[in-house]
Amino acid sequence: MDSSAWVALALSLKVAGWATLIDLVLGVACGWLLARKRFPGRDLLDAVLTLPMVLPPTVLGYYLLVLIGRRGWFGGWLNETFGIQLIFTWQGAVIAAAIVAFPLVLKAARAAFEGVDPQLERAARVLGLSEWAVFLRVTLPMAWHGILAGVLLAFARALGEFGATLMVAGSIPGKTQTLSIAVYEAVQAGQDSVADTLVGLTSITCIAVLLAAGRLSQARTAAT
Amino acid sequence: MSFDVQIRKRVNSANRSFELDVRFRTEARCTVIYGPSGAGKSLTLQAIAGLLKPDSGRIACDDEPLFDSGAGVDLPARARRFGFLFQDYALFPRLNVRQNIAFGLKRGWFNPSRNAADAAVDRWLRAFELTEVAGQKPHELSGGQRQRTALARALVAEPRALLLDEPFAALDPELRERMRDELQALLARIDIPMLMITHDPEDLARFGESRLLLRGGSIVSAGEALQNAKPAGQHNLKLV
Repeated sequence: MDSSAWVALALSLKVAGWATLIDLVLGVACGWLLARKRFPGRDLLDAVLTLPMVLPPTVLGYYLLVLIGRRGWFGGWLNETFGIQLIFTWQGAVIAAAIVAFPLVLKAARAAFEGVDPQLERAARVLGLSEWAVFLRVTLPMAWHGILAGVLLAFARALGEFGATLMVAGSIPGKTQTLSIAVYEAVQAGQDSVADTLVGLTSITCIAVLLAAGRLSQARTAAT
Repeated sequence: MSFDVQIRKRVNSANRSFELDVRFRTEARCTVIYGPSGAGKSLTLQAIAGLLKPDSGRIACDDEPLFDSGAGVDLPARARRFGFLFQDYALFPRLNVRQNIAFGLKRGWFNPSRNAADAAVDRWLRAFELTEVAGQKPHELSGGQRQRTALARALVAEPRALLLDEPFAALDPELRERMRDELQALLARIDIPMLMITHDPEDLARFGESRLLLRGGSIVSAGEALQNAKPAGQHNLKLV
């Protein structure tokens, strides 16, 4: 098989992996906040954080260019202060994929936290646990399966990210050309056999991820 | 053992606003706060346990202030050293009986291991005849075993008093009567001050050494059970 397909797959896995890791941390934190805390602007925050799920990826890509582009207000500052550029790098692709996949982790985490009986958290508090210990010993273990199912979906979504990634990171073979972008390039160039390989590889990877997600949510139903 | 409670709390929900204004002092070993549902019993008990912050007032136990809005005192629930028996027992479903009982003895970020050895836990397992089921999860237990596990979990850390939140309300009538007998027998053995809230007159008759009637968010009457009544002027319970 064409070695460039493997390079694209490895890059896709790297980008999706980092994006999912970022989403896991932020998604769990925001999901817990939305599920457990009452504060003004909560509904607005929920809506804004869910936006990437409904907005066209090109719109997200445009927002990202405005934000982290070389002349963007954050990207410009990064460039001037540290000489760091995110546009046309794999790190830029990570940011794009993380934002697109974020709502999947957020929704799953919020639902999972809302499913944890607050009475159990109260019981743990009365038994002498600090708030951190309550979260780590009661809340998180009970919500974990639900969160993990969302994380796997986010990983699959990040793996297939195309629009925002293309706008932010471009299509540099071996550097920012992920599987889904490589498919597009191959089809545009009329390289049907390359496209076949890439499409097969993508499908198999996504099926594997979905099977794992399904198994996890089954385990969750069995445990409750 | 004494409780000194004077608290105010305003609770706003979607379609009603509720004003809790509870004042009482009791020195009885067994106090029952009795009232219809919606009277503010649960709010009162949660405020005493530190699970709900009153708007103003003070809560003291044995003259130690647990909450005092004037002095800026508000001990977190974990520092109040109460045992709390929840209505549905609130046992941790993924932990076995031994882990549930040992839960509060381990303060770190990890739960006690499945067969952690601990002298105090073993003692309570034996005392409550739970040794046989120590490795089982709460959903595998009978109602009585669940109640005893919850009680052991609350008592193992040697709390200063036991707070009971409608301990029998969730049970069907036949089981309720049995659990009541069992709890009464257990409490007779362990000799710990307790404060119970209930809407069931039967609980009041059984456990209410001193009695507070809560209605519409405030205490409307206080008194003692007949068998414990003392001559006038020596009441150990009075409205503040």
